[in-house]
Amino acid sequence: MKVALFVPCYVDAFFPEVGVATLELLEKLGVEVAYPLDQTCCGQPMGNSGCRADAAATEALFVRNFKGYEYVVSPSGSCTHHVRDHLTSIEQTDEVRKVRSSCYELVEFVHDVLNVRAFPWAEFPHVVGLHNGCASLRALGTASMSEIGGRAFSKPMDLLRAVRGISFVSPKRPDECCGFGGTFSVFEEPVSARMGYDKVSDHHDAGAEYIVSADMSCLMHQKGCAERLDLPVKFIHIAQILNGSRE
Amino acid sequence: MKRIDHAEASSGFIKAADHLEFHDKRLWDLRKKRDREAESMPEWQDLRELASAIKEHTLSHLADYLLEFERNAIANGAQVHWATDAADHNQVVYDILKSRGARTLVKAKSMLTDECEMRPFLEKRGIEVMETDLGERIQQLDDEPPSHIVVPAVHKLRGDVARVFADTIGTDPAKDDPHYLAESQRQHTRPVFLRADAGMTGANFAVAETGSVVVCTNEGNADLSVHLPDLYIACIGIEKIVPRIEHLGVFVRLLSRSALGSPITQLTSHFRAPREGTEMHIVLVDNGRSERLGMADFWYSLKCIRCGACMNTCPVYRRSGGLSYGATYSGPIGVIIDPTFNLRKYSALPFASTLNGSCTHVCPVKINIHEQIYKWREIIAARHQLPFVKQEAMQVAGKVLSNPKLYRIAVEAAGSGIERLPRFMMYNRLNAWGRQREVPSAPTATFRQWYIANRGKKDEKGK
Repeated sequence: MKVALFVPCYVDAFFPEVGVATLELLEKLGVEVAYPLDQTCCGQPMGNSGCRADAAATEALFVRNFKGYEYVVSPSGSCTHHVRDHLTSIEQTDEVRKVRSSCYELVEFVHDVLNVRAFPWAEFPHVVGLHNGCASLRALGTASMSEIGGRAFSKPMDLLRAVRGISFVSPKRPDECCGFGGTFSVFEEPVSARMGYDKVSDHHDAGAEYIVSADMSCLMHQKGCAERLDLPVKFIHIAQILNGSRE
Repeated sequence: MKRIDHAEASSGFIKAADHLEFHDKRLWDLRKKRDREAESMPEWQDLRELASAIKEHTLSHLADYLLEFERNAIANGAQVHWATDAADHNQVVYDILKSRGARTLVKAKSMLTDECEMRPFLEKRGIEVMETDLGERIQQLDDEPPSHIVVPAVHKLRGDVARVFADTIGTDPAKDDPHYLAESQRQHTRPVFLRADAGMTGANFAVAETGSVVVCTNEGNADLSVHLPDLYIACIGIEKIVPRIEHLGVFVRLLSRSALGSPITQLTSHFRAPREGTEMHIVLVDNGRSERLGMADFWYSLKCIRCGACMNTCPVYRRSGGLSYGATYSGPIGVIIDPTFNLRKYSALPFASTLNGSCTHVCPVKINIHEQIYKWREIIAARHQLPFVKQEAMQVAGKVLSNPKLYRIAVEAAGSGIERLPRFMMYNRLNAWGRQREVPSAPTATFRQWYIANRGKKDEKGK
């Protein structure tokens, strides 16, 4: 299996430990992982701002970096969503379409492709609240959403339940957006920050020591909010827990 | 025309903490009630699918169904008028009132008449117009537009209503008991109902097969408005048509459950023909709808049945209030409709969204709201309607992120966390990130630097 690791720009710059955990976890699961060194970004910041012309060169670079792999795996739901559903600023050649359809978010790759449910090295003796980023939840469909109802399922929970010592709490509004939203976080700063405050308070009130998520961008925003509110909540990417971090 | 600044307006809304908390909680409660109703019906998703299909069918045969509706309405004894735009609509209404010597109009809720700015038009010409829906009446007395399409005064606390009523209809300013306030309003409006020359409603649905106008309400005010005066005018957007009476059941089952989480509205009134000796007029209004119907990416928005479920679920709407959108239609549905009226004025609204997608999944007629928001952003950027700073920021981001060398210089440069934030995040409104949030601290190395140090360059090309 030829797998490439895509480490989103903000993870590369601010949370290298999440990239490391993703790489090590995949290696522990027996996957041979390549990391193309010229990678930068998927184009989402420009794409979500409507700027197709500005997104095109970055999207083309993404395709050049990641063509020829069976799978592209990324510890980010929203980047995966962009590549899969919105990487449309460049001509849709067979090569582009192939790269787009081979891109997986880490949880769905482990859950659906590797079909792994055991992480014998993982132990996390803490109370955690799970945050599903909106792209993971509603675009990639990694969990059932309260808007639709029906049979409840959660791929991230399927994986986390295999971790020794971990326990879970649920906030009152588990599916409510945390207000990051990419450039929304700066251009709509008042609402963004308020949503973030409400989100971290909801988890804190539920008794969460940690907020865990497959989306580090949501956590970057929530962490900034919790620190400003002086809430004793910590943040960790799901890759770190599954890779055996005990914090 | 000046661009509406949603972010700026929302900032004022958020500062009033009591109001914000009530607003958020009240609307979230509606969303939860909606969930309970939806979950109690195993066929909910099938109903949504069916409703969507009926609307898409109707919209793609709209001219035929409109003509069928007109024929049947005329056969019932109603008089049918066509209005191409807001000005036309207002003039038609005024001409009807004037020719019958009507001076006082009592009206039920209608977003369409707000859209057409009918009230000020008529008032300037000497017509007294009274809103009879309680929330609309509160907003009228406070000289504010409705902030929500179903619950127009939801942004007000009871104390605000007590103040408005004390100032306008003479209630005791110290008393903010809801029953007292509602009863006072009732006593104040009843005499106007009795002396009104004309009544008006909007329409939730117009049935082509029967020529009837269907209005769903909870207060009985629409029925009083229709039945007391001798002249009744129904103003209807052309997208409100449903083909057959049998289709109505699908929408009635979805409407109030989606809107308020109640199985049905207190009243579902079918106004079909004028009473003996009275007149019934129907004004069918286009006002941009035909043009929207021709937009490949956006015509689905005409499926909307104005339930407000997308607003109730929207985390941005709940925390910024309807008035912050500066438009008749606010929240997710407003964000995709408003730019069709004025692209420049409403060009910031599609950015008042995190693209979280909750709206799309509660919509009872399956409008792909968040995908349309995304599409509007592309149109706004392509037509150069982005604010200059954002345009600049995206150009810089596009250049840096498409060039591995420049990118590395940006993220590997030594310096503080602020300097190391990706430029697209920091370029505009300097340090907007840090106003209410801590900035992430900079690690000693990027992932790429760690990778090269720990894994070497052996699999650089992944081989």
